[in-house]
Amino acid sequence: MARRDSALLALSIGLLAGAALAYQVLLFRLLAIIQWHSFAAMIISLALLGHGAAGTALALTGKRLLPRFHAVYATSAALFAIAVPACWALAQRLPFNGLELVWNPGQLGWLAGIFLLLSLPFFFAACCFGLAFMYARERIPALYAADLLGAGLGAALATGLLFLLPAGDALRVAAIAGALAAILLPAPRLARLALPALAVLSTLVMPDAWLTPRITEFKGLPRTLQVMGAAIEAEYSSPYGLLTIVRNDTIPFRHAPGRSLAATTEPPPQLAVFTDGDAMTALTDYDGRRESLAYLDEMTSALPYHLIDRPRVLVLGAGGGAEVLQAIYHEAREVHAVELNPTMLELLRARLLKSWVQLHAGDARGFVRTDRAQYDLVQLAPLDSYGGSGAGVQTMAESYLYTVEAIADYYARLAPGGFLALTRWEKQPPREGLKLFATAVSALDAPGANARDRFALIRGWQTSTLLVKRGTLTDADLDRLRAFCEARGFDPAWFPGITPDDVNRHHRVPRAWLHEGAVALLGAEAGRFIADYKFNVAPATDDRPYFFHFFRWPLLPELISLRGQGALTLLDTGYLVLIGTLAIAVPLSLLLILAPLAALGPRQRGERRLRSGVYFLCLGLAFLFVEIACMQRYGLFVGHPLFAPVVVLAGFLVFAGAGSFVASRVRNRPRALKWAIAGIVLMLLVQAIALPPSPGIVESTAGRVLLTLGLIAPLAFLMGLPFPLGLSSLADAAPAAVPWAWGINGCASVLSALLAALLAVHLGFNAVLMMAAGLYGLAVMAWNLEMTP
Amino acid sequence: MPICLPQVARRAQARALLIACALLQIAAADETRYAAERKALGAEIQRAAAQTAYATGRARFSARVMKAMDAVPRHRFVPTGSVANAYENRPLAIGHGQTISQPYIVALMTELLEPKSGDVMLEVGTGSGYQAAVLSRLVTRVQTIEIIAPLADSATARLRELGYDNVQVKSGDGYYGWPDHAPYDGIIVTAAANSIPPPLIAQLKPGGRMVIPVGAPFHTQDLILLRKDPDGKVTTTSVLPVAFVPLTGSR
Repeated sequence: MARRDSALLALSIGLLAGAALAYQVLLFRLLAIIQWHSFAAMIISLALLGHGAAGTALALTGKRLLPRFHAVYATSAALFAIAVPACWALAQRLPFNGLELVWNPGQLGWLAGIFLLLSLPFFFAACCFGLAFMYARERIPALYAADLLGAGLGAALATGLLFLLPAGDALRVAAIAGALAAILLPAPRLARLALPALAVLSTLVMPDAWLTPRITEFKGLPRTLQVMGAAIEAEYSSPYGLLTIVRNDTIPFRHAPGRSLAATTEPPPQLAVFTDGDAMTALTDYDGRRESLAYLDEMTSALPYHLIDRPRVLVLGAGGGAEVLQAIYHEAREVHAVELNPTMLELLRARLLKSWVQLHAGDARGFVRTDRAQYDLVQLAPLDSYGGSGAGVQTMAESYLYTVEAIADYYARLAPGGFLALTRWEKQPPREGLKLFATAVSALDAPGANARDRFALIRGWQTSTLLVKRGTLTDADLDRLRAFCEARGFDPAWFPGITPDDVNRHHRVPRAWLHEGAVALLGAEAGRFIADYKFNVAPATDDRPYFFHFFRWPLLPELISLRGQGALTLLDTGYLVLIGTLAIAVPLSLLLILAPLAALGPRQRGERRLRSGVYFLCLGLAFLFVEIACMQRYGLFVGHPLFAPVVVLAGFLVFAGAGSFVASRVRNRPRALKWAIAGIVLMLLVQAIALPPSPGIVESTAGRVLLTLGLIAPLAFLMGLPFPLGLSSLADAAPAAVPWAWGINGCASVLSALLAALLAVHLGFNAVLMMAAGLYGLAVMAWNLEMTP
Repeated sequence: MPICLPQVARRAQARALLIACALLQIAAADETRYAAERKALGAEIQRAAAQTAYATGRARFSARVMKAMDAVPRHRFVPTGSVANAYENRPLAIGHGQTISQPYIVALMTELLEPKSGDVMLEVGTGSGYQAAVLSRLVTRVQTIEIIAPLADSATARLRELGYDNVQVKSGDGYYGWPDHAPYDGIIVTAAANSIPPPLIAQLKPGGRMVIPVGAPFHTQDLILLRKDPDGKVTTTSVLPVAFVPLTGSR
């Protein structure tokens, strides 16, 4: 192959890989807008099986396609470009309703339709890669390097693109990049020019309305827009989320979640702000009259203001500013508020124009880990919607706000005598309130700390608020707490010296489970209580940051037997969706991996083939295990939930790409592979045991980003070696098996993402890293034996 | 032979009659089938009621409520595409992001309101009008408010067509209730708000009851029962619709 051709092929592959990864990033954003997080993750995982399907298809037909390589490659790339916007436009029109899944398994049919449509672009892109590896098999390492480099850049650029364009429009850019990949090669004119031109044209003329996300009608925003008088006032799209501001002058919002039933006041006029069509927060018109904010004193979260006068307040997760206004109402001495989404922060800033409130842009957890100041009150209100939390659609979303380490971080910011106030949605039977209590008890469980005298827990009909005092709650504190609850109809569930007469008096529940749980969690039998409670209320940790995961397997048969009463609504959809996805992905992957083997004939089977299958399967699983675990661990280190995953993902792909490039130099050295894998295993152990460092060691976010890149670079570099080394050896020994191996790698990546989530829920991200080390070990064993004659 | 026109006409007439009869028969067969499905659903609801007795304080739902459930054709309150599922014990989408509740929950909420024949009831959140129709069989009058204009219109038409003339639908803001007909013996707030409007509590008669389902669409997890005692004092209770106890080995 001519040098220029080969360079163009590498360029084309890089471009297409970048477009495919951009498509994936954008798809995640789009699906998170129209559906919920857990469904988005599931749909993308399944759609990525398109990679595996491409491997299978090529294993079956590749030989016949190879003589017309350029034409097939260019056609496939152009089809990718056509499919990206078209499949999205079609998929989002399917009437899938995830909330109805527990009632109507028939919804799975629509779900299948969505993932099949969305998998088409992945299929076409992967056909290009697989075919190129067959065609230019002597240059596999360089092509694979181009693939990884392109993917890394694509991930980073797509995120950047989201600052400029709405996600739907950004799809057009990914499509056009795909079309460009098609015209770089010397293909016949039809494939090289006509089809890509058609792709670009169809992308450009596609109406905005087809690409703009159509949010499921059951999310908060569409429901709110149905109400007479509601109208969208403004919309801001960024990678932080789609912010939609709704005004309704006919029927005011009166947003005051969990407000006392004894309340009589009405909130001032408000605008509703939705993030990704849900999680409503209210921007309240504050006219400077303190009494207009009296409604904010009727919530459980107002309790700490009755125990401490004129505090210095830190509000974590400002949102529309309810907790900020609450602090203003209670004449706080100082108010600091942290908000992640800069657009939301600006909206709030504009409303609080002349106020002395200090607003900080950033992640709540990152802020408390680097801040040095002390506060009399640290206030954390729920940032998610009651509805979303009720349907359990967030259960598989990692949250670093409610972990043992997080509560210790908040507690460390308290001045002596100060309070930490954590408010969560209250459900019957209790889940969030109890798990938060268990997490807080675990965070303060230092010898001699006498934690039980520091906690107070109260509940209203919709929220519960947990107070943790840096110091012992005094009799005066408790008198005020009782008076606060009495006046508002709230019920204490725990305070030092609580008696059964204090609980379940105002808003009566079938049994005082929250109180009983709190008593048990502070007692000697806490472990036993957690084991006996039917929902998972074991403390969440940074290693297993699944605060919203309440599901336990024994629940399933019991709730199924009670389904006539609607018991399945007590299940957390998110976890079951993950299991369901695995249940679909495993047999599909097996089929995609085994089908070509059967077709390749008996000569191609045997132990050798099995060994190389194991090798590529292990590599595929391990690569994503490491990537996912590092994204989480360094995400916490960087302290920025948007930039950190992009930096780690792009960093991994780019450094691994560099490793693959080097692989072409060492491919003739038989021991290179062994040394590379030994290095990987060693570094994984170091990562699991010693990294990342404490975020306090570097002051600036930029500094932590650079350090992160430095710490993952050597590992990622080495991780770029085994796949191309293995694939080029295979290409020498059995060229027909190259697309098969490529397909296995595609399927393994899908399974890996799902398994990593499952493992992290049950064992933690540290365990995911260790298992990756084990998989690399297994891979080298499988390979080694095959190499032995 | 000349064609005898009247004969042809008669034949056509007869044919038309036959077709009409057949259609009627199909319709009648449909109605019979729906009635049978409704009976089966009623039995299922009673079974669930018996299981949740410990939480609701009722071993079974009252005969009056179950009779009302049996009298209302749910298949007329669901979208055409869902008619086949109308008598399944589950919520269904009715458009505009709204749902018709699970029949068991409708029966339970109705039961918790303790409707009596002379009562006047207020409903906030008409939806399809199904809950109002069930209540209308049990009380003198039902006033119902819907915040989504197209739903208010379709519910009004549907209730009129089906002859529920003691139900009055109004489209608008439910926050301030419907003072013209206040006070009410019972209020049901199906448009689950994140706070319960104080004016509604004010429009509840002493001795009256209010029911508020809580949860996401398709995911009613909890019912709030608010009672106003004869002195005007308000108490609230969470009623779990599901016979589920979170601690193993306790009941």
